[in-house]
Amino acid sequence: MKAMVQLTVNGQQHRIDVPPMKRLLDVLREDLHLTGTKEGCGEGECGACAVLIDGELVNSCLIPALQINGARICTIEGVSTEGGLHSIQQCFLENGGAQCGICTPGMILATHHLLDKRPTPTLEEIQEGLAGNLCRCTGYMRIFEAVQKAAEARDAL
Amino acid sequence: MRSDVTGYELNAPPDLRAVLTRIASEPGRHALLAGGTELMVALNTGRLESRSLISIQHLRELRFIRVTPDAVEIGSGTTFTDIRRNATIARELPLLVQAASWTGSIANQNRGTLGGNICNASPAADTPPALHAYDASITLLSVRGERTIPYSSFHLGYKKTLLEPDEILYSVSVPRAYEGWRQYVRKVGTRNAQAISKTALAIVALVRADRIEQIRIGAASLADRPLRCVEAEAALRGRSIAENDLEPTVRLGRAALAREAKPIDDIRSTAMYRSAVAANLLEEFLRQLSN
Amino acid sequence: MAEHDNIVGTSPLRKEGRAKVLGQAKYIDDLSLPGMWHGATVRSVVARGRIRAIHFAPEIDWSEFAIVRASDIPGENTIVHLTKDHPCLAAHEVNHPEEPILLIAHREKAALLSGVGGVRIEYDELPGVFTIEESEKAVANNDVERIVWEGSDYGGTANCFKQYVLHSGEASETEDGLAAAFASADYIVEGEYHTGAQEQLYIEPNGVIAECEKDKQGNVISVCVQGSMQCPYYLVHALTLIFNLPEEKCRVIQTETGGAFGGKEDFPSVIGSHAALLAMKCGHPVKMVYDRAEDMAATTKRHPSRTRHRTAVSKDGKLLGCEIEVALDGGAYATLSPVVLSRATIHAPGAYKWHFVRVRAKAMATNLPPHGAFRGFGAPQSLFALERHMDKIALVVGLAPEELRRRNFLATGDRTATGQLLTEPVDMQHLLTRALEESDYHAKLARFAEDNRGSAIKRGMGIATFMHGSGFTGSGERRLNSLVQVELLPDGRPQILVSSTEFGQGTNTILCQVAAQTLQIPYEQVVIAQPDTQIVPNSGPTVASRTAMIVGKLVERASTQLLETLRVDGGLPLNHTAEQFEQAAVAYLDKHRSLRCSVRYEPVRPVDWNDELFHGDAYPAYAWAVYVAEVAVDMNTYTASVTRFDALQEVGRIMHPVLAKGQIEGGVAQAIGYALYEKCVWKDGRMMNNQMTNYIMPTSADLPEIHVHFEEVPCVHGPSGAKGIGELPMDGPAPAILNAIENATGLSFHSIPLLPEDIFERVSGFTEPEHGGSSELDPDRLGEFLPEVNA
Repeated sequence: MKAMVQLTVNGQQHRIDVPPMKRLLDVLREDLHLTGTKEGCGEGECGACAVLIDGELVNSCLIPALQINGARICTIEGVSTEGGLHSIQQCFLENGGAQCGICTPGMILATHHLLDKRPTPTLEEIQEGLAGNLCRCTGYMRIFEAVQKAAEARDAL
Repeated sequence: MRSDVTGYELNAPPDLRAVLTRIASEPGRHALLAGGTELMVALNTGRLESRSLISIQHLRELRFIRVTPDAVEIGSGTTFTDIRRNATIARELPLLVQAASWTGSIANQNRGTLGGNICNASPAADTPPALHAYDASITLLSVRGERTIPYSSFHLGYKKTLLEPDEILYSVSVPRAYEGWRQYVRKVGTRNAQAISKTALAIVALVRADRIEQIRIGAASLADRPLRCVEAEAALRGRSIAENDLEPTVRLGRAALAREAKPIDDIRSTAMYRSAVAANLLEEFLRQLSN
Repeated sequence: MAEHDNIVGTSPLRKEGRAKVLGQAKYIDDLSLPGMWHGATVRSVVARGRIRAIHFAPEIDWSEFAIVRASDIPGENTIVHLTKDHPCLAAHEVNHPEEPILLIAHREKAALLSGVGGVRIEYDELPGVFTIEESEKAVANNDVERIVWEGSDYGGTANCFKQYVLHSGEASETEDGLAAAFASADYIVEGEYHTGAQEQLYIEPNGVIAECEKDKQGNVISVCVQGSMQCPYYLVHALTLIFNLPEEKCRVIQTETGGAFGGKEDFPSVIGSHAALLAMKCGHPVKMVYDRAEDMAATTKRHPSRTRHRTAVSKDGKLLGCEIEVALDGGAYATLSPVVLSRATIHAPGAYKWHFVRVRAKAMATNLPPHGAFRGFGAPQSLFALERHMDKIALVVGLAPEELRRRNFLATGDRTATGQLLTEPVDMQHLLTRALEESDYHAKLARFAEDNRGSAIKRGMGIATFMHGSGFTGSGERRLNSLVQVELLPDGRPQILVSSTEFGQGTNTILCQVAAQTLQIPYEQVVIAQPDTQIVPNSGPTVASRTAMIVGKLVERASTQLLETLRVDGGLPLNHTAEQFEQAAVAYLDKHRSLRCSVRYEPVRPVDWNDELFHGDAYPAYAWAVYVAEVAVDMNTYTASVTRFDALQEVGRIMHPVLAKGQIEGGVAQAIGYALYEKCVWKDGRMMNNQMTNYIMPTSADLPEIHVHFEEVPCVHGPSGAKGIGELPMDGPAPAILNAIENATGLSFHSIPLLPEDIFERVSGFTEPEHGGSSELDPDRLGEFLPEVNA
């Protein structure tokens, strides 16, 4: 069984013919060749597969393709602005927010989502906002700092 | 990824009526897929038994929060994030908001639904204790009509509910009756976030003149189903929490809870730990009442 | 130019950081080759037994699959590390659950599911041993049926991969000294300490893509494997044996690696060989990537340990003598157990001056998947035991924990338990004073003692004082004989050629900093090559906290050579600008075609080390540390959490402040997991909680603020004086936390991970729980969130 699914990813429209239960994660990586979104656990625990659907953070390993018919999706590839890093990306880069980098795409999307909802988050709100993204390398401290700096940079705009 | 996705059917009937008709014509054949935070994990780990699924995630008819003078009615397709963002629920039903905030991660709260949480019927589910404490009622819908039952009668056993094969959970209704009641909810998990309950207690109590006039207690992971702790309630109803009476009240409450709780050992925790902690949480609540 | 004097010591942007934040960095599962097939492994479901029969389900079209058996291996059926006990594929018998038996490949990844499911294997099961004690008992009772490992040419005996004895002096003198010390001691303090297995849990699972080239007769003439790994040349070596090929015909390329922590040190030899064999069989490139459940169940973990201390102490708190027994659970095959054991042995006496020391250590064989490298590599186990034991001694003698340590610290000019003279400055007294100040230790101790009365939340403080040896033990660096090259690219930029890998810890960045500073050009101008064994030399494995110090020093030397060559032969002026460097480089290349400077490891001082006796200079350098944990224990839920952590360490030279902080913070976080959260639940040798839902790693909501403090005493071995720091932070937190829990509650625990269920049992006095000791978290009750156990 296949289903025709229409979706907009990072501003670009796509029509794909896929098994309706195919995971959004695999649609992105295999059908659309957007490999920035990662698989870390396949259980919705690690957040490495996080993307934004209509502005809301979700774990793409838990989304079947049929359910994003007509959706607008933002992946890590859609975060940077033309020719430049998004301020979140710049802050992660400058503050040691990425070590091995495998959790980074999901972490940046979670940050994006957090700052959208809470432009000036407290440390506790940052901890909660990112609690669904596991990082094994950093111990989170540099990530929190990157998020705080990104919030300030956003403020300054 | 341990399933071949080509072996599964997923359809999204256009509206609620179409879904009801579908599941009435082939009762028990299709699994209902809402937010996917349970069934997609099963797919990923190779344990999704049902080969045919019906998506209900898109049904606006199921995703609503209706506030009337007497009750808050929450559609079964309402997500945990929807619940957290609702001002009335935040004000009047804080236990439900707390429970929603403890469920999974933000990303999973954006997808997981109240209906899914209830119907998956895990004894460790996060919202049932609060719904038990709030004495919620639930409305079930089928082509045959609708019926509204007390939530306390919904769970029959381990992942067994009153839901008929041709029925879907339509909404949950919580009475707006708790102004002035004391409320308590606490979850003890494997860690602070994204944790499955080892045990959780949700309690509402009406206290007048140092006496517990009414009390309702819901618990997670103390039985094979979300538990409405009727024995503990019975033991505590009418009891005094004045300073001199507190100790016996606490003792009676703890003993009653210990009697009706039947937790298990599993890979996450032990029966004795669960019992002990649940009793401690009850005691913590009673002492808070007394202060 | 003066500004390039301090590139080392600043925090330039991570070399590959931009690609990472853009999501453009390519990890192995992001890559594909044309015509690529996918591979999977058929694994044992029993812990020990003989393979009686293998059945292939008739309804599957097996002609679509490539199947590899042990008999297909062209060379030796062995995964070599120190000895050849570990088969690449089980031929006739299996010795642990998840042991690889067959490999299958198919064009479509989804077909592998039915493929693996379609193989049914019959076993004649044999009894297994699943703990150190069961393994020891089999030896003691001469229970032949439970001798699960026969011995080796590498000093192994029945059920025992390796044994060591360390005496602080000459053996019989030390034994006499110990006897006298114990006879005259005012106190004899004994203790037994346990640590559990720990899963590395890199967020990117193991994965490789392999290619194989054959001649017209079908003989393998070369293989190429790329993937997630720490040590490309380890895999090269493994492949040479599997395929009976020379090194030049076994090419290995490290791709961007999403975390490793030791879990990708020895294991890639297994998955890399497997994929290459499948590529050989099917004639196509083959990708093998494990999913999380397979990775957790089948790959290496930290060695569980049991350490026994017996200490002779004088009444004024002087450590007179110690007898230490270390036992590690190595799993079913030796892999790196002898080396882990060695580090555990050397670190067992810790940062103290002992009159007499004897350490007896052994690594036992069990029927668990082989254990392997994990950050710390034996030292976390030993230091957990020692630092807990020190608090016990303090209690017995009646001294404060920090006072006992003060009376016994090693200092400059002292000799360690191996007799190594500490010639470089060591000031543990100062580090301790500073750490206690930074953490407000004394004030908090007093305040908590007051506040704890009548509170359900008990707070406490605990310390750990320790050191960690950087680099390979003893003459290990000389044996590794690392080679490093720096060459000029056609555009005049220098390129570093090393097999040292980046997996988040900052290899690329710090090595480029060293080169840039040495060459006096901007950091941005330096390039580091992807570790491809076809073009990079063997600079040794990326392990043992050696990269900054040993490889960094070699990069410094090679860069110096390059600079001198350009000065002497390339017309490069003194105090050159970046442009002048580029011009001189290009001009040199015009004239001479290429410039590549090679340097080999040379010890700064002759290394005096006796492997047999554990005597001499165990490590080129040590980092020294004092860690302080602040905990809160909720006595209603029996949950301990760390509310603040202070980590102070002296590390020679901080090459990159942001990276260095990140290393310590990340290591402390992992160690907090080791202490309080991460339990491996075993049943008959199989890991039952092999899912992230049930293997509990701390989230951002569980970790405290981690305060990192540094001191620098430059050491001669590393570039700009740097020492290794990668593993150090794993050693201190667990004992500091349990010391703090004892301070908070008065309860003394000796075993990690320490779960709330353990605290509950102790509080409620259940010493023999009828069921539900947390050591017996019931693995039969998986709950609804776990996959079926049996095939």
